[in-house]
Amino acid sequence: MSARHLPLTDAVAELVHDGDTIALEGFTHLIPMAAGHEIIRQRRRDLTLVRMTPDLVYDQLIGAGCASRLIFSWGGNPGVGSLHRFRDAIQRDWPGPLQIEEHSHAGMANRYVAAASGLPFAVLRGYAGTDLIGETETIKPITCPFTGEVLAAVPALDLDTTIIHAQQADRAGNVQLWGIVGIQKEAVLAARHSLVTVEEVVDELTPRPGAIVLPSWSITAIATAPGGAHPSYAQGYSDRDNGYYRAWDAISRDRDAFTAWLDTEVYGAVSR
Amino acid sequence: MSEVSSDETMIVAASRALRDSAVCFVGIGQPSTAANLARRTHAPNLVLIYESGTLGAKPDRLPLSIGDGILADTADSVIGVPEVFNYWLQAGRVDIGFLGGAQLDRYANINTTIIGGDYAHPTVRLPGAGGAPEIAASCREVVIVMRQSTRSFVERVDFVTSVGFGDGPGSRERLGLRGRGPVTVITDLGVLTPDPQTCELVLTATHPGVDVSDVHAATGWDLRCAADVSTTEPPSPTELRVLRELVATLHEEPAR
Repeated sequence: MSARHLPLTDAVAELVHDGDTIALEGFTHLIPMAAGHEIIRQRRRDLTLVRMTPDLVYDQLIGAGCASRLIFSWGGNPGVGSLHRFRDAIQRDWPGPLQIEEHSHAGMANRYVAAASGLPFAVLRGYAGTDLIGETETIKPITCPFTGEVLAAVPALDLDTTIIHAQQADRAGNVQLWGIVGIQKEAVLAARHSLVTVEEVVDELTPRPGAIVLPSWSITAIATAPGGAHPSYAQGYSDRDNGYYRAWDAISRDRDAFTAWLDTEVYGAVSR
Repeated sequence: MSEVSSDETMIVAASRALRDSAVCFVGIGQPSTAANLARRTHAPNLVLIYESGTLGAKPDRLPLSIGDGILADTADSVIGVPEVFNYWLQAGRVDIGFLGGAQLDRYANINTTIIGGDYAHPTVRLPGAGGAPEIAASCREVVIVMRQSTRSFVERVDFVTSVGFGDGPGSRERLGLRGRGPVTVITDLGVLTPDPQTCELVLTATHPGVDVSDVHAATGWDLRCAADVSTTEPPSPTELRVLRELVATLHEEPAR
């Protein structure tokens, strides 16, 4: 079945439910921020949020009370410092308790690969000697049946829905993204359902060096959301708004300032 | 040229630890600044790998994040994240891992996860591991750059995020870590190097104007000194100029 073009509100309503395990991926580049805001507006609750780098998008979802659990590998504001809503949730249970399942980037990447490959787990040379092993139940030792070497096993990520942002889709629903391609292909293929927000819909996709093309039949829905990655960026369309990442430090540091931001920038904004 | 700050001395010293043509896995922040300084001074063929999948990035300004567009625009190759960690890092294709941290102990173990309290409710929740555990494990060698104080240089890290020498001699071998581990720790006060027998960090150099007693006062364990503690060569006018030009680019908005 090919991907359906839907308005973002309808796509989120259909594909994200209370209690779901979802991933919004994009490694610094192409972060699906507009979709995150729509999830907040639809007041989804009890989500398990999966993402290598929670970034501003999950800081916002966590602060808005959408999440009960987070699976991640690096929770900072890149080049700036802390994610204060993430910290407040873990340190002081605000706005509610947040369970965490913490990995390294290598572990998370391999968990997506295992799920995309239809395997129950992945093997890597990782975590040896770290205290993550004692705190994260989803890291186990495994012995190579051929060499006897002890390696780390991590389970496949079991996802209900993955959401990514891409530059372009065509009318048939094929999607093309380029620049830093991160973990998006694996994240889409790891999930039962997927939503891709795009900068624009074009008549024909022009091949780009290093691009990934996801065929229409591998995607559930496409929603047009120009600028939907801001303050992250879309190569060829926008630059990373580093000033916004710096400004987020002050907005997110204070609960009242964050709540005011939510009221004006998310609840007060019109759905796409 | 105005007075040299201790951070500038640290970053210049760190840049000198990177030899030309080495393949270097770069963390964001001070490691990225030092690596880009090295590429503009003594190591024009230094290969920079950022975990966002940019191999051979040659940015003309400092990136704020590991995924800024300038890294992809200038890279030899842009690849997916699983490939970075599996094919390039894990398989042993990286010479130098360049890391920072919030806490470091006498065996050069690094903490970037929590400070104080317990794991579920720490006093301070830090960002976490990112790529660091496997960078520390699999690069042929590791260079660490970190400001030094009794809060950051501690007897035991509150959490081992990335392994230096574990509990001491033989730890890395027992854990099956393939790289040599940390070869140098460069701080705002001086340079620490692991003792080949004990694996413990030893003070081998101080920066100009820094006394050995200053370094002791900023270290949370009984720091040993090499028999002959040298003094770091001060930053040259060229190194300083290039560093300051680079840092200034962080606050410019990119040209469209």
